[in-house]
Amino acid sequence: MAAWLGWVIESNWTDPFLFAVYSIVKPISGAAILVVMYGIVTQGNFDSALFPYIYLGNAFYIYVGAVMTGVSWAVVDDREHYKTLKYMYIAPIYIPLYLLGRGVARFITGSIAVFITLAAGILFLNVKINFAEVDWLLFFVTLILGVVMLALLGLLLAGITLTVARHEGFIGEATAGALYIFSGAVFPLDVLPEWIRPVGYFMPTTYWLELLRRSLVGNVAQAFPTLANFSNLEILGILLGLSLFFGAVSIWVFKVCDARARELGLIDRTTNY
Amino acid sequence: MNTRESKINFAVQGKYSRKDTGWRLFFKTIIARAYPRLIGQQREVSWLVFDVVMPMLAVIAYVLVYRALEAPEEYIGFVVMGGAMTAFWMNILWSMSSQLYWEKEQGNLALYIMAPNSMMAILLGMALGGMLATAMRAIAVTLLGSFMFGVTYTVSSYLQLFLVFMLAMIALYGMGMMMASAFLLFGREAWHMANLAQEPIFLASGFYFPIKSLPFWVAAGASIIPLTLGMDAMRQLIFASGFQFGFMTVRTEILILAVMSVAFVVTAKLLLAYVEKIAVREGRITESRR
Repeated sequence: MAAWLGWVIESNWTDPFLFAVYSIVKPISGAAILVVMYGIVTQGNFDSALFPYIYLGNAFYIYVGAVMTGVSWAVVDDREHYKTLKYMYIAPIYIPLYLLGRGVARFITGSIAVFITLAAGILFLNVKINFAEVDWLLFFVTLILGVVMLALLGLLLAGITLTVARHEGFIGEATAGALYIFSGAVFPLDVLPEWIRPVGYFMPTTYWLELLRRSLVGNVAQAFPTLANFSNLEILGILLGLSLFFGAVSIWVFKVCDARARELGLIDRTTNY
Repeated sequence: MNTRESKINFAVQGKYSRKDTGWRLFFKTIIARAYPRLIGQQREVSWLVFDVVMPMLAVIAYVLVYRALEAPEEYIGFVVMGGAMTAFWMNILWSMSSQLYWEKEQGNLALYIMAPNSMMAILLGMALGGMLATAMRAIAVTLLGSFMFGVTYTVSSYLQLFLVFMLAMIALYGMGMMMASAFLLFGREAWHMANLAQEPIFLASGFYFPIKSLPFWVAAGASIIPLTLGMDAMRQLIFASGFQFGFMTVRTEILILAVMSVAFVVTAKLLLAYVEKIAVREGRITESRR
């Protein structure tokens, strides 16, 4: 029900066609900026291993913004905009599940955007994916694990959002923006200054994106030294471990913030900020 | 009532009983509407952090992409400048184009229209305040980006640079004033329109790469956004090899920006008159349907 509610809220302002265009134009434009940048500097050499690295990383990163921000934004939407969060809290539902459900709508629109971005890359931009060689099992296991991990990170942000009065809308965006840099979404981590790289190594999104690239384009994705010494299974293990760690931290943070919000009467606070 | 109190009352009555009209009212309205943007906004210092941090995240990411591609150093400067200019475009979208819609939602729009001041003065005040406040954020992004990535500038003509910047700002904020009326007519889709006009404009206007790299007609079409030509001209004027990346000559771009400045401000006035007319006659523009 929460997922359906999220979908209706996301899409009810317009007709399905315009909504589809809206959902597609933004990510395609974001990808096109990178493609143009790449094309200018390499003078159209799209055969380099760096191109699929950048393109696929950027395409799948759409999920980070969509799922993580989708879950946390539900708090802002329900509390400030629709003023219904208090009713949700007194209804006999489990709030974390409700918030995760609200993120599902963003997952669906995000999936459409990822699919369209990938399709555009394969059809028009020389992103070479040989479907016969794709490791589908690794791809789907990684994708599902990653989406769950992102939803739980969204729950962490939702908890923090519950306790702050200002800039709550920026929390998700700023986190997604920072992860974009530290996860090496569009450049290998080796480009980062050495002292800051450990932050990237600690982020589950780094391993998630690496595995997605490896599952789709195989050896091409392993051309960069950052994680070249790790096998797929090792990276999957690290991803699983970090997902469990961040998942546990997220649930704990949400519980603490939720209790604090209830204690201080923040659930029905509207700031009009 | 003692003498001191009566003196204060006399002064207050004197101040507020005088009715300003004509140009005096027009300019006072501009200053009054610019005030919350220029002074009020600075009181919320935390906004400054987000307004600088968010564009900086994009700047850092794109600079690192260029570094990964081993691009010439000029491109790093292009990204830093583009990142700074995004502040103006975001201000146009969220604080100019969408503003009348927000005012309607908060119930202020009807007051604006009923008040004896010119709506054009309100929009000009919004533009002036927004422009100056955003300039501070843009300067902060430029300084931070230049410091972090060691960008160097070689200005070939300060006069032309000043002219290009001012004309680009007048045309851009004229466009914002024009869009404010248009977005009001879009109704609740305004938020989505503003949201949609981010990445596609960053792409088409060449915020992070020279616009010359795009096909001619795409670049020509994107030139309707004043920042496209403004940034192209500024890149030619502040980077040593910038002229190699120019879409048109700086003189041509100055001429086009001057024409756009006049055209956008005049169109904004016409659109505003139309909005006021249907607001008064039909009463549906100012009605919040939230």
